[in-house]
Amino acid sequence: MITETQDIDKNLIEILSKVSDPEIPVLSIMDMGVVRSATIVDGIVKVEITPTYSGCPAMDVIGDDIKKALKKAGYKSETELILHPAWTTDWITPRGRKALEDYGIAAPLEAEADKDVLLNEKRLVKCLQCGSTNTKLVSQFGSTACKAQFQCDDCHEPFDYFKCLK
Amino acid sequence: MQLQVQFNMKQELYKYILGIADNSLILGQRLGELTGHGPTLETDIACTNISLDLFGQVRSYFQYAAKIAGDGRTEDNIAMLRKEREYVNVLLVEQPNTNFAYTMARQFLFDVYHLAFLSELEKSKDLTLSAIAKKCIKEVRYHERFSSDWIKRLGDGTEESKAKMQEAINDLWTYTDELFHQTEADKAMVSEGIGVDVTKLKDAYYKQVNEVLEIATLKIPESKYFQKGGKKGIHTEHLGYLLAELQYMQRTYPNMEW
Repeated sequence: MITETQDIDKNLIEILSKVSDPEIPVLSIMDMGVVRSATIVDGIVKVEITPTYSGCPAMDVIGDDIKKALKKAGYKSETELILHPAWTTDWITPRGRKALEDYGIAAPLEAEADKDVLLNEKRLVKCLQCGSTNTKLVSQFGSTACKAQFQCDDCHEPFDYFKCLK
Repeated sequence: MQLQVQFNMKQELYKYILGIADNSLILGQRLGELTGHGPTLETDIACTNISLDLFGQVRSYFQYAAKIAGDGRTEDNIAMLRKEREYVNVLLVEQPNTNFAYTMARQFLFDVYHLAFLSELEKSKDLTLSAIAKKCIKEVRYHERFSSDWIKRLGDGTEESKAKMQEAINDLWTYTDELFHQTEADKAMVSEGIGVDVTKLKDAYYKQVNEVLEIATLKIPESKYFQKGGKKGIHTEHLGYLLAELQYMQRTYPNMEW
């Protein structure tokens, strides 16, 4: 599902897959789509990562965690933050979407549907507790920049929805 | 001669970036003041979320500006250690959080501009600025949707919310025209295909703002008296107090880092 060019050295995939987003520990940075490239040049691993949101405070931690994981595997490394192409929720892999939902965060809808639910015009986000789509927007902004707050009108469960970013 | 021209261009680009970034910095700081003080938990979190987006955007701009300056300046120096007259944000964004209507009116009047501005900056010949704009615009779309929504809710709300929103719009209206004034750095960057010609954004801006005000059943202010000065570093009395708080840690503990 990950589009755009993504150049990841085969030897590094497993190591990087074990690094997770500190705010959503079940989600690996690989499934999140924030690792844009990882190559070995003259014995040094160069990793390019891209932020989900400009102000995402997790990026510094992710950079440090990548270095730690690579060091443990015997690699020296450098990380660089790149902005282009800008991250989109389309880059979250199917496995990443499942991890989000297992963790209690509703995965992003398509752009049009996202707009409808965030203006509270349609009810489309599925409650992760009871499966009902009779859910309403509580707030367009949630516990982190990437999420909105929803509540289920059937089972009354409040939950986070990961906003579509395109 | 060639070198001198390149040097001047670098200076203008540096100033141009500050002109963009200072708006986000000062507005982000204003919204940050609401941390723990928003009228409801949800609006508090929304305002601080928007603040965080803006600070993130500012970091991208200032990191780039520091690289262009190339004299050891850092993003923190640029953000925290200038004097009041060296900040070139528009007057609109430094206006205080008088009440929630003011906070949302200020946000709305800026967001509509910000979105239009970034849609143009995306096309910049400068690839870094274009990349930053492409990143920021995705976030700002959410900001604009949020603030427009509140203009409609409060304007077309109770008698009291309507009166307060009308007052906020009337008071802040005087700061809108400055958004479309060109600075020297603007002119230099427009001619290089790097900058955005803000004068061209004006008509579409007022059209969009007026449409929302109409839905909100608010009156469109008729005053043609507009304040300006921020882009030249001449600010309202509110900025000094904001900077005192913003700069406190760097002034008290020079060079401190997180």
